[in-house]
Amino acid sequence: MLDFLDMGGYAAFVWPCFGLAILLLGGFAAVSILRLRARQRELAALQAGRERQAP
Amino acid sequence: MHRFANPGRFLRMTDRLLPACGVLTALCLGIGFYLALFVSPPDYQQGETVRIMYVHVPAAWMALFVYATIALAAASLLIWRHPLAAIVARVSAPLGAGFTALALATGSLWGKPMWGTWWVWDARLTSVLILLFLYLGLIALQNAFENPERGQKAAALLALVGAVNLPIIKFSVDWWNTLHQPASVTRLGVPAIHSSMLWPLLIMAAGFTLYFLTLLMLRVKSEILAARIRALKQAATARD
Repeated sequence: MLDFLDMGGYAAFVWPCFGLAILLLGGFAAVSILRLRARQRELAALQAGRERQAP
Repeated sequence: MHRFANPGRFLRMTDRLLPACGVLTALCLGIGFYLALFVSPPDYQQGETVRIMYVHVPAAWMALFVYATIALAAASLLIWRHPLAAIVARVSAPLGAGFTALALATGSLWGKPMWGTWWVWDARLTSVLILLFLYLGLIALQNAFENPERGQKAAALLALVGAVNLPIIKFSVDWWNTLHQPASVTRLGVPAIHSSMLWPLLIMAAGFTLYFLTLLMLRVKSEILAARIRALKQAATARD
């Protein structure tokens, strides 16, 4: 296990690469999904409000 | 292509495709990271640092792929004035900038132990740095105008002019002397990379590509909803 974490002495170079990749992929996905959810909620609320006013 | 330029139809299509694409992306990236870290062998020259390749190379490929997508969208925006093309270009630019930054950062982290330096001003590295600046320029232009349509057009022109950088990046390792190694996967004939490293790399690349396409659909959908919200709010203020 320690051997694996040590990455043949290159831990300081290998792990930051994988960390950055996961941070970037996860970060963009999280921001995009949260923004979409917020807009879906806002749109639903607006449409519900319109239907109440319409009749 | 024209059939999908209709926002309503695009939304119906993405609603059907998004769940499957999300699952497939997670699967590919999960298997890719597992193979890259646990299964693929260390290189006989580079040792464990070769694992950096599984992040670095797909990120660099995506940096080019996303820019090509933006250039295509820019062309169809200028020629056919598709409203969806402007949205595609706008939501792709930050993703492309992210992939380019990742390629540069991981390249630097790979260069230090293998070349003995974080950075050299050679053709491959410099042309990719220019690509990052092009992305940042696109993002800045897209948001620089009061009238968003003018910003989109200006950015589309920059995207098309900047597309000349793509072949320069691709062939920089052949045209100039560089520390960077030449292409080992996308060359004619047999790839110069053993299958025990090629497969993890290809699965990672598929995962990165699916990730971009899934997020592209999701972000375009998000922008279409934002446009509907704006329209509804305008209608509401007009009524009051």
